[in-house]
Amino acid sequence: MVGYLVVLLLLLAAAAYWIGRTRAIASVNGDVARLHSLPGQHGMFLALFAAGPALLAIVLWSLVTPGIESSIIADRFSSELSGMGVPQVEAFIRDARAMAFGGVVGFADPAKEAAAAAYKSIHTTSTWIIWAVALVLSASGFYWAYSRIAQAYRARHVVERVLRAFLIACSVVAILTTIGIVLSLIFESLRFFQQVPFYKFLFGTHWSPQSAFTGAGTEAGAVNQDIFGMVPLFAGTLLITFIAMLVAAPIGLMAAIYLSDYASKSVRAVAKPVLEILAGIPTVVYGFFAALTVAPYFRGIGESLGLNVASESALAAGVVMGIMIIPFVSSLSDDVINAVPQSLRDGSAGLGATKSETIRKVVLPAALPGIVSAMLLAVSRAIGETMIVVMAAGLAANLTANPLEAVTTVTVQIVTLLVGDQEFDSAKTLAAFALGLVLFCITLTLNIVALRVVQKYREQYD
Amino acid sequence: MTDAISSFGAVGRPVSIHTDRAAKARLKGRYRTETWFKWLGAAAVALAGLFLVLLLSTIVTQAIPALRQNYLTLPIDLSAAKVDPAKLDAANYDAIAQEALTAKFSDVTSRQDKRLLRGLISTGTGVFLRKDIAADPGMLGGTVDYAVPLDDFADLYLKGLLADVGSDEAISTSVTPSETSGDIDLTFGDDAMLTLARGHGATEGENGMLTLTSGASSLLVAFNGGMVKLTALSPGTNGTAVAKGTVIEALDSTAPAASGQAFLRVIDTPEASRKISDKMIVWLDTLKSAGLIESRFNSIFFFTGASREPELAGVWGAVVGSFLTMIVTLAIAFPIGVSAAIYLEEFAPKNRLTTIIEVNINNLAAVPSIVFGLLGLAVFLNFFGMPRSAPVVGGMVLALMTLPIIIIASRASLRAVPPSIREAALGIGASKVQTVFHHVLPLAMPGIMTGTILGMAHALGETAPLLMIGMVAFIVDIPGGFTDPATILPVQIFMWADFPEAGFQQKTSAAILILLLFLVIMNAIAVILRRRFERRW
Repeated sequence: MVGYLVVLLLLLAAAAYWIGRTRAIASVNGDVARLHSLPGQHGMFLALFAAGPALLAIVLWSLVTPGIESSIIADRFSSELSGMGVPQVEAFIRDARAMAFGGVVGFADPAKEAAAAAYKSIHTTSTWIIWAVALVLSASGFYWAYSRIAQAYRARHVVERVLRAFLIACSVVAILTTIGIVLSLIFESLRFFQQVPFYKFLFGTHWSPQSAFTGAGTEAGAVNQDIFGMVPLFAGTLLITFIAMLVAAPIGLMAAIYLSDYASKSVRAVAKPVLEILAGIPTVVYGFFAALTVAPYFRGIGESLGLNVASESALAAGVVMGIMIIPFVSSLSDDVINAVPQSLRDGSAGLGATKSETIRKVVLPAALPGIVSAMLLAVSRAIGETMIVVMAAGLAANLTANPLEAVTTVTVQIVTLLVGDQEFDSAKTLAAFALGLVLFCITLTLNIVALRVVQKYREQYD
Repeated sequence: MTDAISSFGAVGRPVSIHTDRAAKARLKGRYRTETWFKWLGAAAVALAGLFLVLLLSTIVTQAIPALRQNYLTLPIDLSAAKVDPAKLDAANYDAIAQEALTAKFSDVTSRQDKRLLRGLISTGTGVFLRKDIAADPGMLGGTVDYAVPLDDFADLYLKGLLADVGSDEAISTSVTPSETSGDIDLTFGDDAMLTLARGHGATEGENGMLTLTSGASSLLVAFNGGMVKLTALSPGTNGTAVAKGTVIEALDSTAPAASGQAFLRVIDTPEASRKISDKMIVWLDTLKSAGLIESRFNSIFFFTGASREPELAGVWGAVVGSFLTMIVTLAIAFPIGVSAAIYLEEFAPKNRLTTIIEVNINNLAAVPSIVFGLLGLAVFLNFFGMPRSAPVVGGMVLALMTLPIIIIASRASLRAVPPSIREAALGIGASKVQTVFHHVLPLAMPGIMTGTILGMAHALGETAPLLMIGMVAFIVDIPGGFTDPATILPVQIFMWADFPEAGFQQKTSAAILILLLFLVIMNAIAVILRRRFERRW
């Protein structure tokens, strides 16, 4: 329905472009040079005003109507819904909507069918309203802009101003995304901290939200606050990140040194794409590799050595994550090492130092801030990495430093808490947002520190 | 220089602190360190390469079996008595196919064995049969030879992935059975069989009795047109061996089989540690030697949606879902990203707002992807009430994630256009907007496209944020639109990797191969674009 409206408006815009152009040319009897703006700009001006406001109205409408419609339904059926918990009300409205517009219906009852019918009629009304509003906006915009087109009219300025506004709006999307992330994380986390005090969350050492439950449905009120302690998750994350960095830092750094200072052109021509491919492989593939190949392999080795290695050991997940991060470390370090001026290397060589001495005693110290920053970014990447640990690390929170045992991480818990059926109000679901907030803060801090390290300690050579 | 140290070295030159013995040793040590360091670097690169080879070879070797599927050709009775041409939907096609199969093994009588036998063919057989009949009603009215897909275990066994089966070896002694069916005794002419059973993990009992439990290899003896599975052995009189056994395929007679007439087949993998029983193996081997089983290109895998049954599961639904999601991502991220880059690079004044935007974009690029999933869940699903599992929401989340990548790449590309171009355009009277859109943007386009394709490739492989917005649901239907519930390729891989059935492991690898193929194609396009169109000024 509304799709047709959009298509209609786009057709209108095309027609308006042509009409505006023709009118502009006609207004100077074909002597285009006398126009202030090009005919095409007049056309664009007319098209913008004919379709723009109406399209904006449609976008606005499609954003707000679902909420308004649901609240009207909730209001109209308040007697049926009274006494239901929030999840049930949500399910009721979801089902009603599914019945009205097609979709997966949980189960049907007469009240829901009535709600679906009401939903349908409300939706029809609101569709009619948007059609009317859009057409009125379109017609009045067209009329206004059409009457403006004249020889001296500065259509170009208007068009360019609108375009610039559009460009600014697009750049603001990035800010809006950040604001959206921060606000959604903070709001949901605040709701969580109303149920579980934040010190218990931050410093508690027991994590088992799956067993959280003191009631179900409407009674799900009281929450066992002591099972939301995130220390074991954090420890697990750090353990896996540490193992990953043990693999990635030396290999990545040495690879970068070799490629920038030793490797011949032909070696570089092979090695660079290899690292790029390694970087381009989706993490879910690494996860599969970790879970099905590396973990059983480590388990086998452990058994032959008489060690008890968990099948979801931190070691397997950490090593594979390290492999994933190698190209990240090496490409960042490569940039930093290449940025050290050649004159330093030449000076060192002139004093009789061997290549490795030059690298170890001159290049690396000069590149140190950049390397530290690269490592911090790699740590941040490892902490935020999800799929490898979801597939290869454990689920049970386990406060241990033994890499052979299974540990769980922040990201794993976010996924387990949010995948599958969820009640949006339960502490269990909200805990995921609190974890997300922690994750966001940690990675953000690491990124900022990485940036500051480079800014503060970078040597200026030129 | 010439006086004090007047001692001379072997070569006759004066020895200084740079040439004395200690210095030489030091130099040697320094060169050794140099070599070590160099080799360490080379080893690091080689190790990275090794990891890549290991990863890819593991996946490719696992994926190859999934590209083919074994089909069993059965004579299916589609006469009017079985299928009423007027009421095609009423017929029980599964039962018809199963009857055709059980008819092949008339000596399988017990209820349990029959169920086992029926399990050889896929549970989706009826669906395929009905579809094919609907497409070609000419099949009705008689008996047709129809190829049905085998069940995943049967299929895996035939691909050699479930059990190690040795080839048949002739037994160099006579074998005499006591009965032709049921539990029987076998008498072997010599006791070589006892040694053999010991070698295959038989449990020693009293009086030299050997029991072949399900933890030991299975020993099957084929003779007289039938097959007997040995369960226990004991030494007989005069150096013979007596074995107890269960007949799997009925023997023709109780006549003794002469030396070289009976064959021993050893299934090395113990029955307890494989997912296919001895009986099923025997039946499958019989069917195979009758030439009824053929291995075909696995069209089910490539052209159908997901399923709980490994042999029926396909990736097409996920591929379509990925495609729809990517369209949404591209439609949102490309125009917004390029516009933002144009504004920041060409128009933006240097003020606080633009600095904030820049810092912001760089930070967004480093936010863990799962956080974008949380954003999608909280904002798109819960605040705006958008549908769960829909490609449109997935596309929006991925678009927000890809946006910083596209903006950064586009800005670099715009920056590379030399100022002379802008000055020339402005000089002949173009407005700022005209300069950018008519001159700078077209020149920067190849670079922008390259960056966009790389960003899209990154988005295509992304999994975690889509788990958050419910794209992990089990969806059988192939999505037809942007708001239909759908799943995408990486999420499908994640789900299959979690399924316990052995058949899914190969399917997962094959799906990974498809995903990697798409990524390779996208990267190749990016490289070609870069090579062909990128200009350096």
